[in-house]
Amino acid sequence: MNRFSALINNIRDLLQGDLTADSVVPPSGYTANLTTFTAGAMAFLAVFALALSLATGRLADRWSDELARTTTIRISAPEGQMQAQLDAVINVLNTTSGIESSSVMSDDAQRRLLEPWFGPDLPLETLPIPRLVEVIEKDDGPDMEGLRLRLSAEAPGAVLDDHTRWRRPLVNAAQRLRSLGTFSILLIMGATAAMITLAAQSALAANGQVISVLRLVGARDVYIARAFVRRFTVRALLGAAIGTGLGMTAMVFLPSAAEEGAFLTGLGFQGWHWLIPALIPPLAAIVAFWATRGAALRALARIS
Amino acid sequence: MLHLQEAGFSYGGREILSGVNLDVAPGSFYFLTGPSGAGKTTFLRLCYQALMPTKGVVRILDRDVRGLHREDIAQIRRRIGVVHQDCQFVDHMNMEDNIRMPLQVSGRNTELDDRSFQDLISWVGLSAHMSALPPELSSGERQRAALARAVVMSPDLILADEPTGNLDWEMAQKILTLLIELNKMGKTVIVATHDLQLIRTAKSKVAARVLRLANNNIQLAGADL
Repeated sequence: MNRFSALINNIRDLLQGDLTADSVVPPSGYTANLTTFTAGAMAFLAVFALALSLATGRLADRWSDELARTTTIRISAPEGQMQAQLDAVINVLNTTSGIESSSVMSDDAQRRLLEPWFGPDLPLETLPIPRLVEVIEKDDGPDMEGLRLRLSAEAPGAVLDDHTRWRRPLVNAAQRLRSLGTFSILLIMGATAAMITLAAQSALAANGQVISVLRLVGARDVYIARAFVRRFTVRALLGAAIGTGLGMTAMVFLPSAAEEGAFLTGLGFQGWHWLIPALIPPLAAIVAFWATRGAALRALARIS
Repeated sequence: MLHLQEAGFSYGGREILSGVNLDVAPGSFYFLTGPSGAGKTTFLRLCYQALMPTKGVVRILDRDVRGLHREDIAQIRRRIGVVHQDCQFVDHMNMEDNIRMPLQVSGRNTELDDRSFQDLISWVGLSAHMSALPPELSSGERQRAALARAVVMSPDLILADEPTGNLDWEMAQKILTLLIELNKMGKTVIVATHDLQLIRTAKSKVAARVLRLANNNIQLAGADL
């Protein structure tokens, strides 16, 4: 409770400010601009790390949810037997419980699927390409082993692929990318704290005489620290707001999501996720507040 | 007011002060003299807790300085006015803000009304310089401003370290007169100086005692000054 009260007091003091205390620290353009620039650059990177994290999160969710409920049956058979095997497969699927729907992939759909590799106008009918049947499962799903056995008995050219083999590594990769994005955000916050700490230490060292005078007239460490803390917090907030604004502008101008490259072009924010970057400037300010306060109080403790 | 018992201070293995015994009563006026490097500044820094004794007891304003928290030290410093030879100011703030700074840092800026502040400024003869920045003032003006800052909180104890060191004789006399006036108002004043002429002049105006720092210790000087 005491810690909470102290935090509230700190925030109140920070917001109210003390013009004379603030003016004790001379306006120094060099470190001020560096701090603002650093906070801006970090916020810009944080927007992209956040976008990466959210996009890969969406991808992992989609792959794990949607693809988990789909199965593909591939039918390879000589030209004369293809239709008979296809009918047998459809018959098996219609009489198997746990299946929501099934559909044979049309020639056009197969042509679009192969277009990235073979180009347009692929003469599908002249090639021995297997037919594909997409199966959507119900929530409880079919007995896969039983379905596999029935298919091998009634349509020997049909192969059941429930995507497990390639879905799991993709989901794992997406989840790792999401973790990497989150880790990057934490890293950016840590780097921001480190750089602001260095800038604050530099400012404290450069203002040795001011600190000496304040000490001489009875200023408490908290009073001296506050003058530096407020200044660096405001700079970090301003820089992060600019960086976040630029980052979000860049996200707006990313190519829109398209089926041809849904992963890369779908990197932006969607829906209410556009609001999340608004948290970056206040977070940067909080990081700057604690980094500067810590640096100032540690430095002042070393000075008699 | 100030009590030292077998107090000592060593730095880097070198003993600067040793076995110092002193009792300073409220309202008294002391000069502290001795050659350069004798430890006058160290003694004064012990008095306002910029240094802590490595031996013995130092009590200031009825507080033993050992074990004082940093916040307590800040509180005690508000009751002590300090004037240095190289009086330090915040150079980008004007003289009025510099002189008001002790009030500001203690949250008592509203306690001193403008009239009282103007009286203080005119007492030190700096009424025309309040909007000036410290580097724009002469040495004497800066020294008087430092004195005004030291007394703006109406402290109980005033410590002056070579306050006339950089000044000509006329200006040194002015500063001395101000310190004597403060003492007559009931303030305890300790002035470290190597200027024996200044001490002789002061002794004709105020009942000042003279302490001599020699051999790392303080002795009460006789009438042979």
